Amino acid sequence: MTERAPQPTTAAANPPVQPLTSNLLPSDVVRISATANVPAPERQLEKVAKLIDVSKCIGCKACQSACIEWNDTHPDMEENVGVYENPHDLTPEMFTLMRFDEYVNPEGDLEWLIRKDGCMHCEDPGCLKACPAPGAIVQYSNGIVDFVSSNCIGCGYCVSGCPFDVPRIHKTAQVSKKCTLCSDRVAVGQGPACAKACPTQAITFGTKESQIALANERIEDLKSRGYDNAGLYDPQGVGGTHVMYVLHHADKPGLYSGLPEDPRISPVVEGWKGATKTIGLAAMGLAAAGAVLHGLFSKGNQVSAEEEHEAEELVVKTAATPPENREGL
Amino acid sequence: MSHEYSAPGDHIESTKPVTVSRYRGITRLNHWVTALSLIILAISGLALFHPSLFFLSGLFGGGQVVRWLHPAVGIVLFISFFLLFLQMWKLNLPRREDAIWVAHIGDVVAGNDEKLPELGKYNAGQKFVFWAMTGLILLLILTGLMIWEQQIPLWEPYAPWAATIPARRIALLVHSLSAVGIVLVFILHVYAAIWTRGTLRAMTTGSVTGGWAFRHHRKWLRELAKNRKAPDNNKTPAE
Repeated sequence: MTERAPQPTTAAANPPVQPLTSNLLPSDVVRISATANVPAPERQLEKVAKLIDVSKCIGCKACQSACIEWNDTHPDMEENVGVYENPHDLTPEMFTLMRFDEYVNPEGDLEWLIRKDGCMHCEDPGCLKACPAPGAIVQYSNGIVDFVSSNCIGCGYCVSGCPFDVPRIHKTAQVSKKCTLCSDRVAVGQGPACAKACPTQAITFGTKESQIALANERIEDLKSRGYDNAGLYDPQGVGGTHVMYVLHHADKPGLYSGLPEDPRISPVVEGWKGATKTIGLAAMGLAAAGAVLHGLFSKGNQVSAEEEHEAEELVVKTAATPPENREGL
Repeated sequence: MSHEYSAPGDHIESTKPVTVSRYRGITRLNHWVTALSLIILAISGLALFHPSLFFLSGLFGGGQVVRWLHPAVGIVLFISFFLLFLQMWKLNLPRREDAIWVAHIGDVVAGNDEKLPELGKYNAGQKFVFWAMTGLILLLILTGLMIWEQQIPLWEPYAPWAATIPARRIALLVHSLSAVGIVLVFILHVYAAIWTRGTLRAMTTGSVTGGWAFRHHRKWLRELAKNRKAPDNNKTPAE
């Protein structure tokens, strides 16, 4: 029996040479879409996180290339429309995207803000809440939110559920696609491909604790360089995320291509998947059961023989009256 | 021929005993296409509505099939119901006697039809079902087109707001609330048709007994009786 892979604590390590078995097991799942009562996992994996230090990013897109290579996706060749984003948006074949924004700061200087967009791996995932297909979206105890294509029905509810506009429906495969946080690499002790490829270590990976500690070092450094508002983006409205940003302007996340200020699962989605679902099912169930029971025990509204007779009389009497005299009948 | 209370085509078929033709064949076919669509939509929709009912998707071959079948049948239902609407809307307009009928709802439930006003082809309950179906189907088709993942690009040129995620969230909520509503109206419709004995045959064979018409829709029966041609005594049977 081969040894189980260790839990990864960095993306920088080289792969082991000996064969290792997966360390991300079905029993490590803590949430399953459209499934109540997920059995409590036997063990709690160390929470992991990817940290994206926007201040260190040079916009080289090595992360995108690594993502395409590792996940074997095939983004379409597109037209150059005069911006650096390539492709134009996240697509079912492009799980991560460098978004470029030009910002003129109050001092009048231009800042080129580059943010690597993609799934944030929310602690409280809106996609999973919205999903109607059992097992199509799972969350592992290390925080990774993963789509299971074989259970996905391609309905697009996760697109509406996501507070970050991340999932994309594949037009031919008819399944939803997004960043997996390289769950298949993490399972065998490796960090995500993007973090491994990043030449400036703007992307790092490890336990969430270690990444927060690293972020704090970076924030301190940025503050010493005059970025007074530098900070960590780990939005608590979704319970924190397992992809975090170090931002030089953490007070204004919207500067970074519309990163949401205070993301949370929309109250509309909560209402749809909460009260509507429960009360709606109860109302329909009660109405159906009540109708069947009452239908069985009620003798119904019967037409009497007398009424049949009266109808006959009415018709015959009308027929006997010439049309011009029928007004009062 | 007056058609204040009856639809063209409604007529007294025979006098001994009296039977009255209530729906012609094409209307009945139209009704059953709508009914079958609604049943398929309800079952496939419930599969996506609540996880405990997801197993219903197995009836259609799984969730991937439900994903495209549900909206496609939705289009069928919309067109089919629209044709029914064209045939029925006029006689479903509210009338003075409807208010009296509603005020006597206790007698309706108790089956004391003799205490109710004389009615045309539809009573206020039937009119409620008609207009509730109309309103809910409009809401469902509109929100359904907004959340139909494959068709979302269709909105872009005409109403880009409808393709936005906040709009789709509202559409999902409205769609599921309307769906609950239409299932409740459907249950009421089926229940009332069964409870009011002698009603179902109007949608199977197309006719009802004279007594049924006399008891529940007397103004309708009176009008049809008046609309009958006066017997022409100068004609021989051979003519």
